[in-house]
Amino acid sequence: MRPLVPVGAAAALALGVAFFVVFVAAWAIATLGGFVNRTFLADPLTMLSAGWQLLTVHGFYQDIGITIWRVVGGFLLAAAIGVPLGIAMGAYKAVEAFFEPFVSFARYLPASAFIPLLILWAGIGETQKLLVIFIGSFFQLVLMVAVIVGGTRRDLVEAAYTLGARAGGIVRRVLLPSSAPDIAETLRLVLGWAWTYVIVAEMIGASSGIGHMITDSQALLDTGQIIFGIVVIGLIGLLSDYAFKQLNRRLFPWSLG
Amino acid sequence: MAGLLIDGVSRTFAGLRGRPATRALEPTSLTVDDHDFLVLLGPSGSGKSTLLRIVAGLDQPTTGRVLVNGAPVRGPGPDRGMVFQSYTLFPWLTVEENIRFGLREKRMAAAEQVRVAAHYVERVGLHGFEHHYPRTLSGGMQQRTALARALANDPEILLLDEPFGALDNQTRALMQELLLSIWEADRKTVLFVTHDIDEAIFMANRVAVLTARPGRIKTELAITLPRPRHYTIKTTPEFSAYKARLTEEIRSESIRAAEMGA
Repeated sequence: MRPLVPVGAAAALALGVAFFVVFVAAWAIATLGGFVNRTFLADPLTMLSAGWQLLTVHGFYQDIGITIWRVVGGFLLAAAIGVPLGIAMGAYKAVEAFFEPFVSFARYLPASAFIPLLILWAGIGETQKLLVIFIGSFFQLVLMVAVIVGGTRRDLVEAAYTLGARAGGIVRRVLLPSSAPDIAETLRLVLGWAWTYVIVAEMIGASSGIGHMITDSQALLDTGQIIFGIVVIGLIGLLSDYAFKQLNRRLFPWSLG
Repeated sequence: MAGLLIDGVSRTFAGLRGRPATRALEPTSLTVDDHDFLVLLGPSGSGKSTLLRIVAGLDQPTTGRVLVNGAPVRGPGPDRGMVFQSYTLFPWLTVEENIRFGLREKRMAAAEQVRVAAHYVERVGLHGFEHHYPRTLSGGMQQRTALARALANDPEILLLDEPFGALDNQTRALMQELLLSIWEADRKTVLFVTHDIDEAIFMANRVAVLTARPGRIKTELAITLPRPRHYTIKTTPEFSAYKARLTEEIRSESIRAAEMGA
């Protein structure tokens, strides 16, 4: 192995799968081999049968559906407001000076700490879930988009000026297209965080969703169900991440990234 | 009053954190007539790029003014097309779309844009590469596209800031011939910045030599080599005589620049 030398696609896939195999094998040995108490950690087979039970008997797919709906809803809400605001901040320094200090402050406010307050304001309905995700992702997103847009190559902006572009043209025809791939990449990252926030929100105050199922299973000491819930989240994350990457690659063929 | 008038233009950069201000360019006056090809030749730190950027409107002079056809320059505009040393094609646009950038800004009809772009693609020899993205092009091809993009906009003046500085020698020589053939056909006013003496003599009607920091015009020299110029002119005694003279002028400035740590 030499530093930075790429490996082939097939080898990369094989290596990636290999670690999953090693991981599950270690887990199976630890649990099935009796090295770990069953009460605290279910073995892979129990996890799978618990999952099957969840899906066929307890209608777990409805929980999955509602959780996905919340993540996507909160994420889209944050993106719909955060991306335009971030672009405005990145492009116009006065807008940035106005919002940046507050946004920088707000992004350190832990979204999970807002949950009790949000329950008071919005109950334990869907609004509260969306708001938790929104608070958790919005401020980070705004700042990252602002940095991306503000970091647009100055020579491209200057070239556009010498070609006759004015302020509006610079924003629409230079800042936006040049930032688009990085903004899309940031959205992919933020979607991952949204998953964390939705589960936290569901664990604290909810009557449905994957997080709710996990808290219920804890009361029943059913570690198989808990692990199955976590694995489902991981799988959905993996899939959405892959889809997002493919979409970005399709949308921005000119970008090397 | 036609052409470009640079009138007492100087540029001082404010010092950072209490350091003394840097004078990049002493008050400089220069006229470039319509259809002239003027080369600003100088070592690094002679303020030649600064002067070009001021003409482009990308930088503001500390004193003095720049007039284009009698109108003062207040900012960048499509009447002064520019080709930069760094590769400044828009990476998200194809070759053709890059060339159409300024035309779209002018709200030219789409069909006309396509026609103009095709014309300049042909002139810079990029036929077959219209739909390539910049990252798939060599440096020379990128600069040819940048030249086509600037020319397609039909500017009054073409500003070139060491446009071939990042290219290898062979490609640079070819690009010089390309630019020269286009200029000899169109006679568009050109202000060209370089530190390459051969390049300056080969292309210019006139060469203005700038001194090392602070920049100041030391000599102006008319290059009366016949046109159209062929690359073989570089080996003629006349060419060598110009080269000997300019080398001497530049050498003393380069030594001064080196002593100042520029």
